[in-house]
Amino acid sequence: MKEKVGEEKKFFFEKPRNVKIAFGYFLGVLAGLLIAEFFIHKHVLLPWEGWPEFYAVFGFVTFVLIVFAAKHILRPIVGRREDYYD
Amino acid sequence: MIDVVPPALIFIVGALVVPLIKGKWKSAFLLLLPVIGFINLINIPEGSNFIVSAFGLKFIFGRVDRLSLLFGYIYHIIAFVALLYSLHVKDDLQHFAGLIYSGSALGVVFAGDLLSLFIFWEMLTVGSAILIWSRRTTAATLAGYRYVLVHAVGGLCLLTGIVLYLRETGSLQFGYIGLNSTASLLILLGFGVNAAWPVLHAWLPDAYPESTPTGTVFLSVYTTKTAVYTLARGFAGTEILIWIGAIMTVFPVFFAVIENNLRRVLSYSLINQVGYMVCGVGIGTQLAINGAVSHVFAHCLYKALLFMSMGAVLHRTGKINCTALGGLYRTMPITAICCIVAAASISGFPFLSGFVTKSMTIQAAVENHLVIIWFLLMVASIGVLEHAGIKVPYFAFFGHDSGLRPKEAPLNMCFAMCISAFLCIAIGLFPNYLYKLLPYPVVDFVPYSASHVVGMAQLLLFSALAFVLLLAAGVYPPERRGINIDADWFYRKGGRLFYFVMDKCFNGINRISEVIFVGGLAGFLGRISRDGHIRAALLFLVPVLTAGGATGEKLTLKKASVRAALQTGTSPVGISAAIATIFLIVVYVLL
Repeated sequence: MKEKVGEEKKFFFEKPRNVKIAFGYFLGVLAGLLIAEFFIHKHVLLPWEGWPEFYAVFGFVTFVLIVFAAKHILRPIVGRREDYYD
Repeated sequence: MIDVVPPALIFIVGALVVPLIKGKWKSAFLLLLPVIGFINLINIPEGSNFIVSAFGLKFIFGRVDRLSLLFGYIYHIIAFVALLYSLHVKDDLQHFAGLIYSGSALGVVFAGDLLSLFIFWEMLTVGSAILIWSRRTTAATLAGYRYVLVHAVGGLCLLTGIVLYLRETGSLQFGYIGLNSTASLLILLGFGVNAAWPVLHAWLPDAYPESTPTGTVFLSVYTTKTAVYTLARGFAGTEILIWIGAIMTVFPVFFAVIENNLRRVLSYSLINQVGYMVCGVGIGTQLAINGAVSHVFAHCLYKALLFMSMGAVLHRTGKINCTALGGLYRTMPITAICCIVAAASISGFPFLSGFVTKSMTIQAAVENHLVIIWFLLMVASIGVLEHAGIKVPYFAFFGHDSGLRPKEAPLNMCFAMCISAFLCIAIGLFPNYLYKLLPYPVVDFVPYSASHVVGMAQLLLFSALAFVLLLAAGVYPPERRGINIDADWFYRKGGRLFYFVMDKCFNGINRISEVIFVGGLAGFLGRISRDGHIRAALLFLVPVLTAGGATGEKLTLKKASVRAALQTGTSPVGISAAIATIFLIVVYVLL
């Protein structure tokens, strides 16, 4: 964008340093959550909820599976050109 | 009693008055309507009000109890927010349609009998169809027609069910119906079309993204949530709804991941969210119904807010596809922040509205030992985070820089979005105010236990980590231009197949008839009547002439002179007599 408007200001996420800081905070929170689990009373309704870091692993793995299933299974089946119905 | 009117009436009369008011007064009038409606609503006493007897039937326009009231409250709040959001629109038709639409939704919710429910149900379709058509593009017009056709089928199904139900029970009272006969099945299916059940859902992602930026905000709320209300009223605890709801939460997730149009992503996410409600209604315990209904309340706000933020983007840039957008946080920070609040709410982040409502339904599933359902709902929660929580804000406001530098949304849009965002946060922080309004008392449900907060935060943030890593690794499906076919394929392509078959069948018969009758038979008869007698005469004369010694050129000349003589009717008497005799012999022989 700089070449278009000579003095355009740099926005927040255009500075690599800010992105790094934000990502650092994000990782910090993740680490905090992993640790926090061992200091709280776990209210367990289903047996696997008691497994250590169950929700973290479940969330991560399921997310990846959803994305892969959509990309490699569903998209080849239902993806069409934009003028498909025209 | 004297001072209050049916809740629907205020909006419907208001809709009719809108075109008569000009200038700034119109804005004031539009904003005042939901306020007056709300004051009217809280003054209506509980029980059955506004009973009208006509045609030997009893119409109830104001059945007020805790269930209908909660829907009434949120419908008024959304009407206010959506009208504020669309205040800059100079098109009276859109305001008219928006008011008729929200009024009809209130009509359904407060209807105490099935017939008035049906009338408002159909008005709901009319109002929403006008909202779709008022975009005035070819795509919107066509999608609107498909929308109307699907809802017409659903409406007829409902009407047939109601008529059969009246025959079976002799009553039109709208209370618990339960799935136990053909009539109730038809009613359930009618409700199911509007609730966007799997396979019946395609009208939603087909039509909603084609509406105007403001119209979609109305659309995102009323049709589906009204269907949830009717299901909760008539079919609470119907087991099949648990499964239908759970499937609804999961399958749209995959479509949303690969969808390019962001308002279509939100439409799929809408189906997913309604799935939680349908599932809760199916479970049917007090906690589950509370979960479903409170989810309606929270969902109306954040889903409208998501559509508002995307509407603002569409309004300012004219674009809505992931491939065309990106980096808008630079110049649309308020819209971006509001979008993030809504995205976090719908994902169920702690201290926001989705967290305190969705978890009720999930807990109800666990308490009823529905482990597979629990699993599906959890997978869907991660899916929500994927498409509505991350994809929508990321691809619109962050991601690659599209180079677009639109202005911030108009002031009225910003206000509307901020009010909704504020309410999303308020519900998340102070859920007890919402819990007090629920149909059943909230007893042993505590949203903010340390265990629940940490668990959900882990689930969501580690999903987000997966997104970051997939994106960094270049594995996340790149946005690409294109569409994805869905269940509407069957009637869109099926319609064409029908047209093709009909064309080939009936037009084929037409063409064959033309060849046989017009081209063939008529021409043949014409030729026969023109020179049939000449041919007949020649047929008999040629052997005679040949016997008389005429051959070659002579014969040709003789034939020509006979032909000329017969054509002009100037044949010598002998020949005429011969022909007449031959004719008589032929007739004699034939008869």
